[in-house]
Amino acid sequence: MPEASTRPASLHRPGGWEIVRRNRPAMLSLGFLGLIALLALLGPPLMPEALKTTSEGAFLPPLSPGAHAPVTHLLGTDKNGQDLCYRLLSGARVSLGVGLCGAAISLVIGTLYGMVSGFAGGRVDALLMRTVDLLYAVPRILFIMIFIAAFDGLLKDAVDGLRLHAQASGWVGVEDTARRLLPYSKIVVMVLSLGLVEWLSMARIIRGQVLVLRELTFVTAARAMGQSGWRILRLHLLPNLSTLILTYLTLTIPAVILDESFLSFLGLGIEDPAASWGSLLKDGAQVINPVESKWWLLAFPAALMSLSLLALNFLGDGLRDAFDPRSGD
Amino acid sequence: MLTFLLRRLISSALVLFFAVSLTFLLTRMLPGGPFDREKSSSARVQEALQEKYKLNGTLWQQYSSYLADLARLDLRVSTKYRDWSVAEILAQKLPASLKLGGIAFVLASTVGVLLGMIAAMHRDTPVDWAAMVGALVAISIPTFITGPFLIAIFALWLRWLPVGGWGSVSHLILPSLCLAAPYIAYVARLMRNSLLDVLRSDFLRTARAKGLTERQAVARHAVKVAILPVVTYLGPLAAHLLTGSMVVESVFNISGAGSLFVNSIQNRDVFPLCGAVIVYCALLVFFNLVVDLLYSLLDKRIRLHA
Repeated sequence: MPEASTRPASLHRPGGWEIVRRNRPAMLSLGFLGLIALLALLGPPLMPEALKTTSEGAFLPPLSPGAHAPVTHLLGTDKNGQDLCYRLLSGARVSLGVGLCGAAISLVIGTLYGMVSGFAGGRVDALLMRTVDLLYAVPRILFIMIFIAAFDGLLKDAVDGLRLHAQASGWVGVEDTARRLLPYSKIVVMVLSLGLVEWLSMARIIRGQVLVLRELTFVTAARAMGQSGWRILRLHLLPNLSTLILTYLTLTIPAVILDESFLSFLGLGIEDPAASWGSLLKDGAQVINPVESKWWLLAFPAALMSLSLLALNFLGDGLRDAFDPRSGD
Repeated sequence: MLTFLLRRLISSALVLFFAVSLTFLLTRMLPGGPFDREKSSSARVQEALQEKYKLNGTLWQQYSSYLADLARLDLRVSTKYRDWSVAEILAQKLPASLKLGGIAFVLASTVGVLLGMIAAMHRDTPVDWAAMVGALVAISIPTFITGPFLIAIFALWLRWLPVGGWGSVSHLILPSLCLAAPYIAYVARLMRNSLLDVLRSDFLRTARAKGLTERQAVARHAVKVAILPVVTYLGPLAAHLLTGSMVVESVFNISGAGSLFVNSIQNRDVFPLCGAVIVYCALLVFFNLVVDLLYSLLDKRIRLHA
């Protein structure tokens, strides 16, 4: 039986952050994500060089000693004899980084779009929202792939152009850096492509909240004082939207990570020598066969990725329960 | 009602038109063309090919001639699979995806709604927690992990079901389950939250006051209102599921329409791509119309106006 309406008014109403802090799964998830981020940042530089390079010890099972160097491969090695633990952590860097940056881009676009649409109202609002509806009607994968195809060429050309220019001018350092960066340009391409696609839901949510906020008296007061629209948006509405934005940022990150891994799994995303969880899973799935199972190449990336996405979703849910005025309880 | 349908027809046609235009123009503006990998890529061969597949002239000329053909219901032919028209490709690839997506859709809507109802009626009990944690897990794990996982358990280890392929009913179970899992979870979460809101409302207190049991009150009064947000979500979901999933189809080795989008862009094969977008958009606007009609059926207060 619901008793919400009969509940006595408590003297102390917990604020949003307090609700989040009391949410045990959300806090546990935050701790887990912090740990993964810390490992991903500090792990690879601290690992011995022998683990990072390719070796002749391909497909070694977990906990086996290295082929030449006196090291232990905690999680085994891959087809190039590289340590899987190292690959996983550098993959975490890429996956989490793409998720964070992609979500941040979509957040900026979505917030601006939603705020302008909701605040302007009338015809502008109708036009902007019909545009969003229309973009929803085209499959998302189409835009993502078109962006990837467009940016990939542009960026590779730019880096290669820099390399050739440096070669001609005799800048050895720059040329070397450009050559080493070339295979990693795909990471930037993924960030841009996914960021430019994921903002639609964010725009809708922000617009909905702005529609509510702009009718409140403090906005009317600001108008009466003669403040310009942009100033009201920036000084009065944005602070009131910040927790909502943070909430949906947390929920967009796993969506972007999922998209990235999906594309990398299909071979359209991150490529060797760079790694992401999706590309590691692709490599793992390629060598799986019933006769001789190299399970670790599939199991460890799958476990790490699923747990991280779960933690992000738990955290996002906790934030939404605390901060989204329209979420149920 | 009639003016509503007429208006919707016009706006649907507009959406279809814009989506196809956007797809065609963007694909044609991409670097690289469909004939780049020709063995004899002399300029004359390229020109002849472009003329044959009506891709010569300026972008605007290509676009207007394509629209003219579309108006005559001609979807043109693929530039990659030379002997195939787009209509033939769609006719060959869509049925498997429709079947699989249809099953997944039924699973997502029925199982999802039931799970959400059970969770909401047992609010803050272990049943609720288990259902909601399970739902979050199902949302968080991508299909390209659940797919191989399901194969490993049910096909390789228990040997109950085939690994992949197409044909009998047993071939359908694993892929449709894999396809449906995240959406079952999403629908369950949506239904639970929506039902919890409704359970707090006044008309439900009235229902309880006149002596209905909780179960009767939910079944007769609450579900009809609580299901509205779910119905809104199910419209686009149907279009999405019915046009196929590339991951599920490749994991289970099924020849469906899911790969049509990705492969066509890779090959710069613009006409099958536009064909697939037309199918997707048509399904989308159709199911959104169904959603609106269902809305007015479920809640008599809602008047239809476009």
